[in-house]
Amino acid sequence: MTSQLRRLASGGDIDRSKIIRYEFNGTRYQGYEGDTLASALIANGVSLTARSFKYHRPRGIMGAGSEEPASFVELLDDDASSSQPITTVLLREGLRAKSVSGWPSLKYDLLSINQLITRCIPAGFYYKTFKWPNWHFFEPSIRRIAGLANAPKQAPTKGQYESRNWFCDVLIIGAGPAGLTSALTAARSGARTILVDDGTNPGGGLLNRTDKVNDKNTSDWITSITDELDSLSNVLRLQESIAWAYREQNLVVVTERQPAAELLLQRTWRIRARQVILACGAIERTLVFANNDRPGVMLASAVQAYVNRYAVLPGKRAVIFTNNDSAYPVAVDMIAAGIEIASIIDSRTGPSNAMRELAGDIEILTNHIVASTLGRQRVRAVVVQSNETGNPRSIPCDLLCVSGGWNPTIHLFSQSRSTLRYNDDLAAFIPHEAVQACECVGAAAGEFELGQILADGIKVGARAASDCGFKRVETSVPSTASSAPYSIEPLWQVNSSETSANAFVDIQNDVTLNDVHLAIREGFGAIEHVKRYTTGGMGIDQGKTGGINIVGAVANRSNVALRDIGTTTYRSPFAPIEFGAIAGGRENSALLPYRHTPMTQWNKDFGATMYESGARWRRPGYYAKNGETFQETVNREALATRTNLAVYDGSPLGKFDICGPDATKLIDILYTNLFSNLKVGTGRYGMMLTEDGRILDDGVTVKLGENHYLMSTSTANAEVVHRHIQHFLQIERPKWNVWITPITTQWSNATVCGPNAREFLSRVESDIDFSADEFPFMAMREGTIEGIEARVFRVSFTGELSFEINVQSRFALKLWERLFELGEPLGLTPIGSEANHVLRVEKGFLSLGHEVDGTADPYDLGMSWIMSKKKVDYIGKRAVEIRRSVESPRRELVGLLTDDPSRLVTEGAPLTPSGRLEASEGFVTASVWSVASSRSVALALLTNGRSRIGQTAHIRLKGEIVPATITQPCFYDADSLRMKN
Amino acid sequence: MQNYSVFSLARNALSNHQNWRQAWRSPPLKKHYDVLIIGAGGHGLATAYYLAKNHGIQNVAVLEKGWLGGGNIARNTVTIRSNYMRDESIPFYVKSLELYEKLSQELNYNLMYSKRGMIDVVQTYPKLRELKRRMLAMHLHGSTYEPIGVSELRRRISPLTGGDLESRLPIIGGMVHTDAAVCRHDAVAWGYARGADDRGVEIHQNTGVQKLLRGSDGSITGVVTDRGKITANKVALSVSGHTTTVAETIGLRLPLRTFNLTAFVSEPLKPLIDVIVNCPDLGVYLSQSDKGELVIGGAPDSGQSFRRDIKQNVFEESVRSMLELFPSFKRVKLLRQWGGALDIAHDATPIISKTDIPGLFVSAGWWGGFKAIPAGGLTLAHLIANNEQHPLSEPFSLKRFDHLDFVLEPATTAH
Repeated sequence: MTSQLRRLASGGDIDRSKIIRYEFNGTRYQGYEGDTLASALIANGVSLTARSFKYHRPRGIMGAGSEEPASFVELLDDDASSSQPITTVLLREGLRAKSVSGWPSLKYDLLSINQLITRCIPAGFYYKTFKWPNWHFFEPSIRRIAGLANAPKQAPTKGQYESRNWFCDVLIIGAGPAGLTSALTAARSGARTILVDDGTNPGGGLLNRTDKVNDKNTSDWITSITDELDSLSNVLRLQESIAWAYREQNLVVVTERQPAAELLLQRTWRIRARQVILACGAIERTLVFANNDRPGVMLASAVQAYVNRYAVLPGKRAVIFTNNDSAYPVAVDMIAAGIEIASIIDSRTGPSNAMRELAGDIEILTNHIVASTLGRQRVRAVVVQSNETGNPRSIPCDLLCVSGGWNPTIHLFSQSRSTLRYNDDLAAFIPHEAVQACECVGAAAGEFELGQILADGIKVGARAASDCGFKRVETSVPSTASSAPYSIEPLWQVNSSETSANAFVDIQNDVTLNDVHLAIREGFGAIEHVKRYTTGGMGIDQGKTGGINIVGAVANRSNVALRDIGTTTYRSPFAPIEFGAIAGGRENSALLPYRHTPMTQWNKDFGATMYESGARWRRPGYYAKNGETFQETVNREALATRTNLAVYDGSPLGKFDICGPDATKLIDILYTNLFSNLKVGTGRYGMMLTEDGRILDDGVTVKLGENHYLMSTSTANAEVVHRHIQHFLQIERPKWNVWITPITTQWSNATVCGPNAREFLSRVESDIDFSADEFPFMAMREGTIEGIEARVFRVSFTGELSFEINVQSRFALKLWERLFELGEPLGLTPIGSEANHVLRVEKGFLSLGHEVDGTADPYDLGMSWIMSKKKVDYIGKRAVEIRRSVESPRRELVGLLTDDPSRLVTEGAPLTPSGRLEASEGFVTASVWSVASSRSVALALLTNGRSRIGQTAHIRLKGEIVPATITQPCFYDADSLRMKN
Repeated sequence: MQNYSVFSLARNALSNHQNWRQAWRSPPLKKHYDVLIIGAGGHGLATAYYLAKNHGIQNVAVLEKGWLGGGNIARNTVTIRSNYMRDESIPFYVKSLELYEKLSQELNYNLMYSKRGMIDVVQTYPKLRELKRRMLAMHLHGSTYEPIGVSELRRRISPLTGGDLESRLPIIGGMVHTDAAVCRHDAVAWGYARGADDRGVEIHQNTGVQKLLRGSDGSITGVVTDRGKITANKVALSVSGHTTTVAETIGLRLPLRTFNLTAFVSEPLKPLIDVIVNCPDLGVYLSQSDKGELVIGGAPDSGQSFRRDIKQNVFEESVRSMLELFPSFKRVKLLRQWGGALDIAHDATPIISKTDIPGLFVSAGWWGGFKAIPAGGLTLAHLIANNEQHPLSEPFSLKRFDHLDFVLEPATTAH
């Protein structure tokens, strides 16, 4: 175990009393509480932390936060996760991590030979080659070397995710100086305020610096603000939480990484805010020069963070390369920490006197650039060049701090669809016009001077609160030492004789300046083309440090202003988010709830095989007895219905109570057939079409009283029908007085069917007269059955005598069990949906999804009688008329009897002329073993089928043609005497 | 055309790639063309290419509001398949796949066409029945679909650990569509653009069409763009989600509605899944790109919209659906997500057609139109050149709406 030789003896926001042991690439190290994996590795002098994506070049740590472009690790063991920026992994006891690339080791990476053929594999090289014999031939080997980390092998075993909806008046993203003052001002006014911050601790950029606020150390000032915020009941503070998506209507999605709840991995908040304040700060850019990716090259702001916050030394002797003022204070902090600064290379002709003063004795080479870095797996010198003379000079160092200026973090602002504009003074894109109720403040708005940022925070916080209707409260602006205004001269790339083959504009995706130039040369000059052709900006870091440099490189090369080029689209998420956190806790039956009938448990206990039957219901498919095959079970159940007595649980059928003065009009316009002459206490089978004349649903509607109906729909379509009716009423007939109450789950039913159904029910205690005369087909009777209030409908889907006993769901199981007590001696058989399917096919009854497949209309199904000639209008009438106004062959419902009676063909099988492999002339809609006919029977839709009855059709299977005789689509009791008797 | 090969790559490496020519020209805009194609997306560019190649019509300009290949071809999930249900659809997509397969060679541009197959993971019996019906319908037209057992399915998709017998929707079977492929979507646009340009077609980016123009006889005469008026004998419209808005400028109403569909990718991962996985019962599908990203698509937002935004609830349902079957992806991270505008016809079937305005043609209604690009371009070019439908696109004519003879293709919606 190595000790922390690069750790300062004092200072920093770490707890030296808490030593943490961890492992990186198989070597064990120590760090302190408060460290990130990055700072803890720097403390141990580890500089080679990654290999690059394409060329496998050595890479180190470049940033200090989520902007990190170079080093990604994979966590192991319980934390198993795919790629994480090394800078965002908090150190924890026992943490084990490894770099995502580098085989067999980081030091000796075999694929670093790619560096030798760099010239042969420029951007887009794969579009030009690997065409012969075909790409798929090369693909596996190329895929193996692509990708970053391995995917975790299993879901996290300890803990879960959850999500929450939340609302507030003012949502502030970022708890830096601007965010803290905004939040405090909004909160003091009484507005419900949420302050979201990505960091481990609040403070943002202040944490890394040594400024004073109100004459206090920044950390004390930050604490004073957060203490006050935490004392207010209208404030919610989410720390270690990343706002990653800005949707419409001010919905911001935030994921909390370390929620304070046991066994909770992450929590996602969907926050709908009246006002959003984006105080997300700014991100420093890298500079583009040869070998700007070598370990030891680091963002100046990152060095500042490591030195001040983590008290570690990323190098001993440094060179600073900058085009702006922000690197000068960093130099001061570095010297204070004991880092020798060899030189400041400033590309500008004249940094301000204030900066010169700040630099003190440090050598400043103005109008100079760094042309390249030297070294192998670590910087050992930089080559510096004067812009005037071009003379190169080498300066030994082990650390190169770069600062290419600052980009306001406008990602969320842009995601909100608000517009950006290029600001010449800042050489950056800044917020322009907001299209939602949001405002940027502080560095995110392009303001880099601390005093001004604090003042703006107060102003914007007050404005947001007052826009929400809260009174303005005075908040005094904290005092700070005044600093010189930020000044920058853009340097999008270094002009030097050094090759631009190794000057990276996107470090993560290994995109070089040459690649950008090649893209432009080949016509891919639009910024989205550059991105897509080179993949620049498409990595995990999403080009946070390099993206604008690509725009700059294009501008330089094409001689176009940056403002005219613009940026590529900023897309959510701002930073990668775990899918588990996005999904929250909803899974399995919480995602897809089970719908049970009161009889579900009874059915299961009785041995039912339960199926998904649409609309999330599960129904018994069949009740297998010991030793039975599937077909034997179905045959037994179907036969019991045909010859004796059966019952099925029909509860999932959609049910709607429809009443009101216009109820009859509504029913009449929904169904194709006439309902207005229906008598109270009777029902009628009806068919519903969509506006464009397609069959929507069928079912029986019973008239319960004047202007009061009970409509039943198919199970799967209940919701669709409900939407259809509501749409019609709300859009087409808003003045009609009708109330629709879905009562699908309020009423359950047991449907007793079979030739002995009447006899059986006459044995049941009831005040209902079940005799044929008193209770005719399609009638409804109300009464009690075994003491339970019931509505009994005499309807049939099986073709047998059938009574559908509807009771309130809480009594359904009692009724069901009582029926079995009484019926068992008579052979009462529970039947499932499979037997039901057989029975309805034998009878030629329709089923949605089978015969009704979206193309057939009632005429095709032989149901011209259901299309009312008397009614002026009904939904779908005109569409069917239009469709039928021209003669064209239609597919009509027919029966099929295969020549081989034992042959059961696949449902859905096509019918083709003579069984040839060509366009079909129909298909088998249903195919079953008929217990009534003791042979297979099928229904089919067949072109001009009704005129072909008696002829032969050909069912085309993959390797076989099955001939079948075309028949009427009914194989049992064609006159329906049994069900109507 | 400058030849692309491993040899030309090596040769150019010697000159540091300074001698590559533009993949397409940027010629000056003329006042008149024989044919104008509005929209330099997949369908527009392919149409231009086949007009020049198959019909010798080279005085063609493709007008593009933004950058070429920036519409739905830039934002789809690259699934190429022909597992359709209807006789009207299947042969068209079979042809498209056939053209795709040879396209890298034909265009001298590597589209990274990867015929890796698609597996449907089935969790309900009605879906299984529907897919078996599709299987037999596809067989009539030479497309492949084979049932696959649950254990074999799990073996081929190793991270598929959800959907066991205890779960809410257990996996009951699957189907394999061996013809299915993925390919690099941008390359399709670029390859066709380069091929069309080489044959004389002009591509004008940053040339937005503001208005369609018709003459006194009612036929199309040209367009007004933000770079001025351009006349043409024939104009073809291939602007996906914005078809209705462009058609409206000439008073043409089309039976289309625009919806938003979103997709998303994970961070790049080492190879994990080498087929396309479709989960129709949960409404989510995914494949892994060559770069290692999981490319994931879900159901569209049911509300009509021209936006390219993402509805959080719709997106979350897609993620949850994926995690039901791939629970180990909980720790995998979302990298990027985006939305696109789709114009959907009332019968969810595409439109390749003449219009009521002589000389104006339209290719629209593409839902999953990426797979259809070669056949769509081939048949639209045929229609423009001959003024009559190609047999393969005959069912997609607007005529079908005269008498509501819908094709009603249920397989459209599965992506």
